[in-house]
Amino acid sequence: MTGKPVKQVHLAAHFPGVNNTTVWSDPRAGSHIEFSSFAHFARTAERAKFDFLFLAEGLRLREQNGQIYDLDVVGRPDTFTILAALAAVTDRLGLAGTINSTFNEPYEVARQFATLDHLSAGRAAWNVVTSWDAFTGENFRRGGFLPQEARYERARAFLATVLELVDTWHGDEVIADAASSRFLSRAGAGKFAHTDNHFDIAGQFDVPRSPQGRPVIFQAGDSDEGREFAAAAADAIFSRHATLEAGQAFYADVKGRLAAYGRSPGQLKILPAATFVLAPTDEQARELAHEVRLQQVSGATAIAFLEQVWNRDLSACDPDGPLPDVDPEPGENITARGRASVRMYRDPIATAREWRDRAQAKNLSVRELIIEVTGRQSFIGSPATVAATINEFVQADASDGFILVPHITPGGLDEFADTVVPLLQERGVYRTEYHGTTLREHLGLEAP
Amino acid sequence: MTVSGAGRLHLAVALDGAGWHPAAWREPGARPAELLTAGYWADLVTEAERGLLDFVTVEDALSLQSASRHQADARTDRVRGRLDAVLTAARIAPLTSHIGLIPTVTVTHTEPFHISTAIATLDWVSSGRAGVRVKASARQDEFRHFGRRTLPAGPQAASDLFAEAADYVEVVRRLWDSWEDDAEIRDAATGRFIDRDKLHYIGFSGRWFSVKGPSITPRPPQGQPIVAALAHRDVAYQLLASSADVGFITPGDAASAAAVVAELASLQEAAGRADDPVQLFADLLVFLDDKAAAAERRRARLDDQAGSPYQSDAQTFTGTPAELADLILQWQSAGLTGFRLRPAAIPHDLTQITRALVAELQRRGAFRREYEAPTLRGMLGMRRPASRYAAVGAPGEASA
Repeated sequence: MTGKPVKQVHLAAHFPGVNNTTVWSDPRAGSHIEFSSFAHFARTAERAKFDFLFLAEGLRLREQNGQIYDLDVVGRPDTFTILAALAAVTDRLGLAGTINSTFNEPYEVARQFATLDHLSAGRAAWNVVTSWDAFTGENFRRGGFLPQEARYERARAFLATVLELVDTWHGDEVIADAASSRFLSRAGAGKFAHTDNHFDIAGQFDVPRSPQGRPVIFQAGDSDEGREFAAAAADAIFSRHATLEAGQAFYADVKGRLAAYGRSPGQLKILPAATFVLAPTDEQARELAHEVRLQQVSGATAIAFLEQVWNRDLSACDPDGPLPDVDPEPGENITARGRASVRMYRDPIATAREWRDRAQAKNLSVRELIIEVTGRQSFIGSPATVAATINEFVQADASDGFILVPHITPGGLDEFADTVVPLLQERGVYRTEYHGTTLREHLGLEAP
Repeated sequence: MTVSGAGRLHLAVALDGAGWHPAAWREPGARPAELLTAGYWADLVTEAERGLLDFVTVEDALSLQSASRHQADARTDRVRGRLDAVLTAARIAPLTSHIGLIPTVTVTHTEPFHISTAIATLDWVSSGRAGVRVKASARQDEFRHFGRRTLPAGPQAASDLFAEAADYVEVVRRLWDSWEDDAEIRDAATGRFIDRDKLHYIGFSGRWFSVKGPSITPRPPQGQPIVAALAHRDVAYQLLASSADVGFITPGDAASAAAVVAELASLQEAAGRADDPVQLFADLLVFLDDKAAAAERRRARLDDQAGSPYQSDAQTFTGTPAELADLILQWQSAGLTGFRLRPAAIPHDLTQITRALVAELQRRGAFRREYEAPTLRGMLGMRRPASRYAAVGAPGEASA
């Protein structure tokens, strides 16, 4: 590390949600819908000087085998509404919401983000996601109107349109001068006219410029198209790469794409999601991590996972027995709907073969195999080990920091805040106070 | 919780910018540079709560304010620019503990699914104090802001917009009921977080949209948050009769208030909702001062500054809090549940309501001296309904 400047670590917190990371059966697990849970979580993140709190999206309850999936946490609040409420119980923490570009319209989303940014004094961020599926569309006016291949095109057009709308106010229009009876410095603020393949709109935008001007933009897709979208337009990218090597490859790839858009590497932060298990010693943490994995992957959950890859009903399968001999059903996944993760397995038959070989070689049951192949915690160890590892990832350019996903709601962040954060601060790689008031300032981004 | 408040006077204020008069922002004490800040709205709602009011409404639209009813104008001497009302209400919810919060939502261009979850969430963050005032849009400029369809024309246009609003409310309400109260079971033995038999597809299919459900948000604390609408005439009365819990009406005197009350009763009878009467609040624009002459002078000065007398769709009251108390008690006997007062200028007319008017009504034994119910429904004397999808007699039924 000769001559290379020491990077500052960025941390954020993902309110645990609708997936099997969350251990809802733990005696310490609280409500996933009452405001007190969200407030506790947000206050902990702010106490730990995190950049932001992050919320995912799901606009239709997931189904498996034609029934609502009931093994994980089900139910979540509306993203904008809960973030606005959280602005009341925090002062500095960024508030990042996932809002999709398919089942919304730019005028409304622009005014919602501009409003959130006003009401939080400059802390709003938008994780732009795309969806196209007719399954989710059944809850919305237009149904499944968008072909899959058009989803990024619509997302790009949607984002550009929203930014165009919020940019129609420059910040110097509202003067509110009673003496001269001039509320606005000029007429016509907010005027816009926008036409592209997806939107044909015109008129006057009604929210004057917010403190950040534009919300901070996140992107979460990992596809080539998603990376390009991020390089062109995002301030931060939310990735999934858990190992140092995979993280470094992703980091180099995405940062390498920025120059083509006239952007410098510092203008896009790379923040993978990360889970963690802490205990006084590394050995205790490893034991605890295994216990948590057992809680996260019950026998029923293991079979459900298997069904998602096999794309067929395997309810007769024994989770403590061997993997099924039958191959996955090819084609569109009709077993698990409303679940993005099934798309990770692009070749289910090859995946099944690989898993079968692995289970046979190591003598693993279905449940043991699923525990192995899905979501081992990113950081396991004593606070000192975890702090050192996080710092190593950041200094080695595997990321600029992490979005932490605790497995207990809402208190799962407390221990991290109390034990790991002070160690990062001692190393001089993590802030001890917020230096700015806006999320853009926390992330070290320039004003738009 | 006991059902309280039936037959008693209810008071609300309608918040909009610096007040309803277009020159209000220039008044002493106005904070026109802060209209887009959380602190401003927190102060107003806290003041309303200090006056023990039932609820506040927050105005909104999907267009810039305008003196024209159909398009933007080029004026620079009036308040322009606003915040989304649902988010504003949510921002205030954790800072208050009793008062109801009823933001305005335009139904014509928004998704019933999103609004249902947003208002359910507002109910969660306020522990049962949420409502929504639904509004149909007939503004050409708002249709252009969305670019998805054109403003309907012809004799059916208005009734179509209101019929769509009724469908919208139906979807919103079904989604609120789509989770039974006890759907979350956290059954460690079977590994099930929910009992999926207590989650329901709503299967709504109508002329404007179809929505499958269930909601992504668990049933809110009130079960059904309050649905309100403002109505001036027949097609809008129809929406109140079919869909609303609370109606804001604009009578000119006690007799016309009584006429609207009777019309609504007959419409509800026809709609099969006679046993679920919509609670009617008369809207009044108010200029209040300790002396009637002072109120008149202030109104004249504001009109003068605006360049023309302000014409409101609601009856305007100009006078003392005691005179307003007289009027309120006289009109109330026409069958009104209460009044939604529109302060001409904020903070002046707001504090005249929350301090002077409320004190006067309390002196007469006509208004509460403390909050008596923890939810907005409770305050309005309405029970918490069971989910329409819950099996009759199942646990979780009306426990209000």
